[in-house]
Amino acid sequence: MFGPALIIFRETLEAALVLGIVAAATRGVSRRSLWLLLGVLAGLIGSGLIAALTETIAGLADGSGQELFNAAVLGVAVLMLGWHHVWMATHGAELARDARQVGNEVREGNRELSAIALLVALTVLREGAESVLFLHGMASASDSSLMKVLAGGALGLLGGSALGLVMYLGLMRIPLRWFFSVTGILLVLLAGGLASQMARYLIQADWLPALAEPLWDSTALLSSTSLGGSVMHVLIGYEPSPSGMQIIFYTSTIAVILLLASLVRRQQQAPVLQAA
Amino acid sequence: MKLRALALMLSLSPVLATLPALAADTEIVVTIKDHQFAPKELRVPTGQKIKLIIDNQDATPEEFESHELNREKIIAAKSKASVYIGPLKAGKYPFFGEFNQTSAQGVVIAE
Repeated sequence: MFGPALIIFRETLEAALVLGIVAAATRGVSRRSLWLLLGVLAGLIGSGLIAALTETIAGLADGSGQELFNAAVLGVAVLMLGWHHVWMATHGAELARDARQVGNEVREGNRELSAIALLVALTVLREGAESVLFLHGMASASDSSLMKVLAGGALGLLGGSALGLVMYLGLMRIPLRWFFSVTGILLVLLAGGLASQMARYLIQADWLPALAEPLWDSTALLSSTSLGGSVMHVLIGYEPSPSGMQIIFYTSTIAVILLLASLVRRQQQAPVLQAA
Repeated sequence: MKLRALALMLSLSPVLATLPALAADTEIVVTIKDHQFAPKELRVPTGQKIKLIIDNQDATPEEFESHELNREKIIAAKSKASVYIGPLKAGKYPFFGEFNQTSAQGVVIAE
């Protein structure tokens, strides 16, 4: 029972932490719960579909279909995060101001929230499909009872979700002055981490060269199997032995998002300055 | 930050140039049966890209994973999938099946 619990815990952890950060980051945007729930539900349904299609997907692109699919999913998630950050560059101040007044929510947030919902759906889908495959395999193997597998899975899901909730509640305690800066930084780092994973899949499929693999190895300091390593992996994209290409994807994704956000911010401020 | 990435890319360009770009990939087949890899030890040449073809003959899916090789991939029940690894430095690179970690263990030895 604890074997399945641990595996499902690891799969759930990433999605739960991302959901926790995203839920906090969209504080004050009206109807966010509905959109987040929609994202989770779509992700769960997608998980089942993708799990059922695993063999078909894997067979595409000369046996590298799974890598390309994952890379595409990660790529879209990075775009959504980037879009969110640029959107926040123009709406962040407004959100922080309105969040001080209880019940006064920003109205115009549907487009922004659909991007966030898509991000949540894709995150749940990536981790969920693996969980479904694993549980299905365990349940159909004759040597383990279905109840034990399901109980283990439920335990893992609960544990992972609990950490996501801790993340959310912890973030919500941050004073409003810094709140959106902190969630903004977290989401940009998250985007960098996802871009780095995307590079890893493309290297695994031989679509990109690794360029020095590994670039360094810090497994002895913080291994990727430890809880700390797993959490840091989600939060800042930490990997103990990344390839050079992953670092290029990581840094350039973060650089591009920050650059776009500062351009948008400057453009928005320009007319105000002229008027004054 | 962008400059740093660029500098990194430039400093790595000699590495790129030495890659045997047109050499045919070495292919190695690993079988999974009864949640065990066969062979358990894969001897591969150093400094060369290798295509691992993983043939899962079990009725359950498996996830091929290696922290040392920085790879993970799900192989559906009764199917084959490929994973590119390397070029590797001389050394041992353990791998395992995440879904059956107690029995599914193996190692790539680059020499």
